[in-house]
Amino acid sequence: MRAAVVTFPGSNCDRDLAVAFEAAGFEVHRVWHKDTALPERLDVIGLPGGFSFGDYLRCGAIAANAPICREVKAFAEKGGHVLGICNGFQILLETGLLPGALMRNASLHFVCKPVGLRVETADSAYTSKYTAGAEITIPIAHHDGNYQADAETLARLDGEGQVAFRYLDNPNGSAADIAGVLSPNRRVLGMMPHPERAVDPLHGGTDGAALFAGLTEALVAA
Amino acid sequence: MRAKVTVMLKNGVLDPQGEAVKSALGALGFEGVDAVRQGKVIELDLAETDAAAAEATVREMCEKLLANTVIESYGVEIL
Repeated sequence: MRAAVVTFPGSNCDRDLAVAFEAAGFEVHRVWHKDTALPERLDVIGLPGGFSFGDYLRCGAIAANAPICREVKAFAEKGGHVLGICNGFQILLETGLLPGALMRNASLHFVCKPVGLRVETADSAYTSKYTAGAEITIPIAHHDGNYQADAETLARLDGEGQVAFRYLDNPNGSAADIAGVLSPNRRVLGMMPHPERAVDPLHGGTDGAALFAGLTEALVAA
Repeated sequence: MRAKVTVMLKNGVLDPQGEAVKSALGALGFEGVDAVRQGKVIELDLAETDAAAAEATVREMCEKLLANTVIESYGVEIL
């Protein structure tokens, strides 16, 4: 199985994400934001956390228009799996691959701590190794993770089971406690918490490992 | 030709930064500030000499990049 991890200027979780993919059995290809083509026969693309382009204009806005993102978008539109974590989630929203927007945390503070999440659906490659309703602990580290969308979009996400994770104790003001959302085809996941920072006992927890393991299992079966 | 783009959060979208500025103004003793909304101003120098064409281009820039129309509205002024 082949994964690509995209690095933008200011990405800082790209290596961690690559290590998490490798630990789950992926051959990882590192891709630079100026690249105009993706490696061939990819199974999944990871957009990592960080502060791409210094968060200039809006978090993720410049990265979403980087040359490689045209390819990422085309890959997703053909049914490819794309995982965006933290800044990667912000980028996915700016590309329009997922609905809504991430605003400044309601507290205005940067929040960096492990948080409790409820897995809302087991119906995706990313969440199939969890049980719907399971409570897990994954770290967050962000200033702009306050997920907002209009009432119609929120109702649709709920109705279609596109909310992947919810916060148990909302740390940032997100509408409906939303921590992660899936695309309608359930192959694009954006989430603020960092599962790649919870895959090794030395991280202080391993609740994120099942996300990568589920992806491996689903893609091997595909 | 110059253009000035004003990007603001849409009405109804909670603006935590505006709220913080409002409370700081209150702490400084400025009374009667009912609401504060914070946005941004972007100035562009354009080669285009036709005002209507410039405005159309800048509006396209707003839709594609300068504003996130999920949460933000924008205004364009050609100077």
